[in-house]
Amino acid sequence: MPTRAARSRGEVPTSGVRERDFRLSASRGVGPTLGIVTNRIVVLGGGTGGTLAANRLRRDLGDEVVITVVDQDDDHLYQPGLLFVPFGLSRPQDLVRSRPAQLHDGIAYRTADIERVDLGAEQVLLSDGVTLAYDVLVVATGARLLPEETEGLTGPGARETVHTFYDLDGATALEGALSRFTGGRLVVNVVDMPIKCPVAPLEFCFLADWYFTERGIREQVELIYVTPLDAAFTKPVAARTLSGLLAEKHVELVTEFNTGEVDGTGGRLVGYDGREVPFDLAVVVPLHGGAAYVDRSPGLGDEFGFVPTDKHTLQSTAAPNVFVIGDAAAIPTSKAGSVTHFEGETIARNVVRFLAGEALDASFDGHTNCFIESGFGKAMLIDFNYDTEPLPGHYPSGVGLPLLSPSRLNHLGKLMFAWFYWHSLLPGRDVPGLTAAMPTAGKHMPVPTRS
Amino acid sequence: MPTAVYAGTPVTVTEEGFYLDPDQWREDMAPEIARDAGIDVLTDRHWQVIMHMRKEFAGKGTGPTVRALGRTSGVSIKELYLLFPKGPAKLAARIAGIPKPRGCI
Repeated sequence: MPTRAARSRGEVPTSGVRERDFRLSASRGVGPTLGIVTNRIVVLGGGTGGTLAANRLRRDLGDEVVITVVDQDDDHLYQPGLLFVPFGLSRPQDLVRSRPAQLHDGIAYRTADIERVDLGAEQVLLSDGVTLAYDVLVVATGARLLPEETEGLTGPGARETVHTFYDLDGATALEGALSRFTGGRLVVNVVDMPIKCPVAPLEFCFLADWYFTERGIREQVELIYVTPLDAAFTKPVAARTLSGLLAEKHVELVTEFNTGEVDGTGGRLVGYDGREVPFDLAVVVPLHGGAAYVDRSPGLGDEFGFVPTDKHTLQSTAAPNVFVIGDAAAIPTSKAGSVTHFEGETIARNVVRFLAGEALDASFDGHTNCFIESGFGKAMLIDFNYDTEPLPGHYPSGVGLPLLSPSRLNHLGKLMFAWFYWHSLLPGRDVPGLTAAMPTAGKHMPVPTRS
Repeated sequence: MPTAVYAGTPVTVTEEGFYLDPDQWREDMAPEIARDAGIDVLTDRHWQVIMHMRKEFAGKGTGPTVRALGRTSGVSIKELYLLFPKGPAKLAARIAGIPKPRGCI
């Protein structure tokens, strides 16, 4: 199945060019050296996953393949930085860099909206009318915010009493709103899961506690965290620690709240079950879905526009030559940059194996690693995978960073991560201490019970 | 694990009342589970959701979330809350005899 015997001839671009209008609809072709078959890899999305996947594939396959990355704009946003913008700790302009500038030489970059993927014809239709044929498709278009799907969230009060920090404009507007806030009820609400970086709304609470303390008005501010989950977090051990931290910082926790309406004028969240939570300022994490073209591509996505994917091989269930990395994948792990980084190794290996007609490697273990800002210059670290929940201990070994415990070292780690993101993670290099397989050496693992 | 008796048949459930083995479930058990949960009568709309839950579980290995139910069951989230008050995904899963939905991470 994966091997492709019949290869039609066509023209392919020379390597080392960018933003050039290749003969993109050319069928798979003969490489620069006549007689060598060149496979075409199209990568949809030039964010974290698309960039690091393209760079790894370029490094692994060189001129054996033509790699084209497509995205709708030229703004690569360092998303972990969004959390800091409302508190004046990051400047918006420092978080954005050029997308194609993050790609290795020899990778083509094209700015265009994606109209749809035709799985049967193995091609991508762009909104400018261009068709990209592929031998392997990598879906890396992440998650999209869907505030319009919650009643009232984009209505009166938006950007006045109702804000978000999940996009750059929102985070920037929220900085102004926070600076003008002099007291009252600040409600942080997650409408529903899944969301990107599920710990970020908790971090926002911890940083808000610090921020208002620094401003000397903490006593005048009530902080309330409203979640659809039945605890502060999805995993029991971490949920207990995080609940304890919320209580310690006097953040009220409201659980199992499914937001049906955000009433910006009346200042209240209304749950589907009739409960109400009043607010003076609301910070709402909207519903997430996959990219819009997924919905327009028959057979590609699920009901939310995420792409059903084998959780160990990262091959989509839609077609054998479609692979998925990052937030776009419907797999049971967090939508987070660290996950995407850990997936990079597996997806690159499996695309190479697929093109060679070899069996895929089912090695991705769901490894997730998150720094959680806890305020006052400290952060916690959690590390887990499909089978092991976040546990206390140290990372990556017994003498590493403390897990599930606030420390200054973790905060420094979080700040340093931005450098590693641009210089190691996106280029597709391994990051020291951040190995794909979850380490167990420093963790307090539970003693197996005898059956 | 606790055992519950529905329609005269013992079944294995969790502490929260979710079936461990969906194959132990029969349609005539559903009205009894529903009554335990405070729903006196199962209407056609209830049944539409219950059968949808079982179909989704059979296909995906986990029951859908409320949001997914609102998209795929043909019943809006608002109506789901009227049919299965408090927590539609959990309550409908219990009545449909499938394990507790895992939800999202």
